[in-house]
Amino acid sequence: MVLLLLFIVWETVAIKSGVPDWLLPTPTKIFYEGFDGWSNFYPHLLSTIQLSLLGFALGLLIGLLTAILLHLLPFIRESIYPLLIISQNIPIIVLAPLLVIWFGFGLLPKMIVITLVCFFPITVAALDGFKQTSNELKHYMIMAGASNKQLFWKLELPYALPSLFSGLKISATYSVMGAVISEWLGAKEGIGVYMTLASSSFRTDRVFVAIFAIVTLSLLYFSIIVLIERWLVRWQLKGAKWK
Amino acid sequence: MEVSHLTVSNISKQFDKNEVIKNLAFTVEENEFVSILGPSGSGKSTIFSLIGGILSPDQGTIHLDHQVINGKRGYISYMPQTPSLLPWRTILENVLLGQELQGKKEKEAALEMIAIAGLTGYENAYPHELSGGMKQRASFIRALLSPQSIICLDEPFSALDELTRLDMQKWLLSIWEEHRRTILFVTHNIEEALFLSDRIIVLSNKPSQVAAEFHVPFSRPREESLFLEDEFLEWKRKIYYSLKKRS
Repeated sequence: MVLLLLFIVWETVAIKSGVPDWLLPTPTKIFYEGFDGWSNFYPHLLSTIQLSLLGFALGLLIGLLTAILLHLLPFIRESIYPLLIISQNIPIIVLAPLLVIWFGFGLLPKMIVITLVCFFPITVAALDGFKQTSNELKHYMIMAGASNKQLFWKLELPYALPSLFSGLKISATYSVMGAVISEWLGAKEGIGVYMTLASSSFRTDRVFVAIFAIVTLSLLYFSIIVLIERWLVRWQLKGAKWK
Repeated sequence: MEVSHLTVSNISKQFDKNEVIKNLAFTVEENEFVSILGPSGSGKSTIFSLIGGILSPDQGTIHLDHQVINGKRGYISYMPQTPSLLPWRTILENVLLGQELQGKKEKEAALEMIAIAGLTGYENAYPHELSGGMKQRASFIRALLSPQSIICLDEPFSALDELTRLDMQKWLLSIWEEHRRTILFVTHNIEEALFLSDRIIVLSNKPSQVAAEFHVPFSRPREESLFLEDEFLEWKRKIYYSLKKRS
């Protein structure tokens, strides 16, 4: 609704002020371009979807493994945690060309970029979730004779799920951005490539098509994660209040 | 020689310089209901942690039948002060948890106990949909269904309101009189201990020792009216003084 209003305002302002199309195209122009150039655009879209999903899956895997490892081995947590933060402090824009120099134009540097962007929110969220496990429940489990393995699988992991999903939502949206950035590095196709081509030829309408595609894709991923969360964390739904 | 089911012999435990338990010794017979009565901070929870194997005593041994269980987990079934049901599990899954940790699950038996606990219809409900008393009942069944031979209850009714507590005590008693198990019950409530137990062990203040021991003479099954009988009040007074004297 708000979006629609924004488009209307945008449309009228763009027409009234007479801004040239290459500077700011109207939403209708962008939609036309989206339809007309669809056959041209969708291979790029598919490629980005593929790349981002693959990267997200890898990020999820590495993020979770890191979290579990750091959780089960508290003594290495202290030393590794700062490294994780550093990994997020290096701007991807700087790191990306370096990765190309090291690993070439193949899939590997792209995966590294996306994974680097995706794993951190997952790790932090999962670690927090593990740490917040209720002491009461933990005490019960231990008194009742739960082994460490049972403690983790039956208590700590399910307890961390809601928190983990917050991380997943962030990561899922980041994965699209990560994919686009990694495509700037040099790829044959992808929204990133399409975008670079469009902006260097002043096809601003196409740039906007790419932007809308990225936004839609991010939202789509986000809602898929929300759906999975609703299903997995369904015990929380019925107006639950639990500590 | 006849061996008690649970034998705690002269255990001591200190944290840093703080002596919590000193030369504590008591036994629990098979199918007996024993209460440990002590003031707050008398180390009651520490005793359970020792029996449950979370902590190891500095001195002394804990035997279950012929086996030393110092620092060994998994030998007792446990019901904590709060219900401690896992919020993502249904009541049925929660009730089965104690068994699950030890290996096999008996769904039939669980459903039967759920019915006895008056929780029929709530098998697939989540804990947050139940009242406090219902949650405690589920928690007790979970302990009852666990395969271990001794159940440790750690002030299980102290967080409930007066009326619910009385209901729970009566309920617990009726279940126990039906399905005899060995129970070690920790409480700071004299009436509760008298109403439920065969035997009461009174603890001294820190460092905890056995200050007195009473065999409760009331016959079973016990009724609520017991609370108001002269003999009951007489006993209450006696135990009260034994607590006073030592603290």
